[in-house]
Amino acid sequence: MLAEPLFIVLSTAAVIGALGMLISRNPVAGALWLILTLFCVAGLYLTLSAEFIAVVQVLVYAGAIMVLFLFVIMLLNLGSLPLMEKMDWKKGLAFALCLIVLTQLVFVVATGLEMLPAETGIAADAGSASTIAKSLFTRHMLEFEVIGVLLLVATVGAVMLAKRNFV
Amino acid sequence: MEVALSWYLTLSAVLFVIGVAGVLFRSNLIVILMSVELMLNAANVALVALSQSMGEVSGQVLVFFVMSVAAAEAAIGLAIVIAIFRNKLTVDINNINLFKW
Repeated sequence: MLAEPLFIVLSTAAVIGALGMLISRNPVAGALWLILTLFCVAGLYLTLSAEFIAVVQVLVYAGAIMVLFLFVIMLLNLGSLPLMEKMDWKKGLAFALCLIVLTQLVFVVATGLEMLPAETGIAADAGSASTIAKSLFTRHMLEFEVIGVLLLVATVGAVMLAKRNFV
Repeated sequence: MEVALSWYLTLSAVLFVIGVAGVLFRSNLIVILMSVELMLNAANVALVALSQSMGEVSGQVLVFFVMSVAAAEAAIGLAIVIAIFRNKLTVDINNINLFKW
């Protein structure tokens, strides 16, 4: 009913945002394009009825990570860098590599679909916070603790690296 | 599910390849980090689509972990960018080739 046109609009906007990040000269403009993509991906999670992940996507990616990126871009006061440089054969090689990766991924998607187990359909509360929390705090408890330690280490490491007289 | 699973997987592949192109083509260190974030997002789309299609919640728990690792990676990466900028006064990777012989 509504999900199909919504998917088309959101996925088109997500791809446009990603391409805009790819070709924009100014890093601030690139970050803003990427924020558009992240919001569209959050909308796609909603079309999959994964509400918790959609909210976390907006909070963590669009809220925290992109603010960090914009803060660093403005702190360093970067001008626009030139988009295309010399070394044509390297760019050609990179373009060929991108095409190969895309072909491979689409080929895997196209040929591997029948190997998947049958679709069971989305349960009513498959993406709700309580369902995910139940799995997170029982079956994946150890990973959850390890992620906490990882974030602590990352915080300490970021402060150490960004200190003035570290290197 | 109204929208077929293969559409989500194809969208994920396209977003991932745009991220790969960003890493390969651009020479701005911050744009490269943003492209890595885009690739992580593309993987998340595939994980959530497969998880909801199979009725298995572990995929979404994995997406939660990927987001935490992405946050840690962004913080560390940007701290490294600041440290490099302080020494070299640039974030252009063509001028940061310490390991090139």
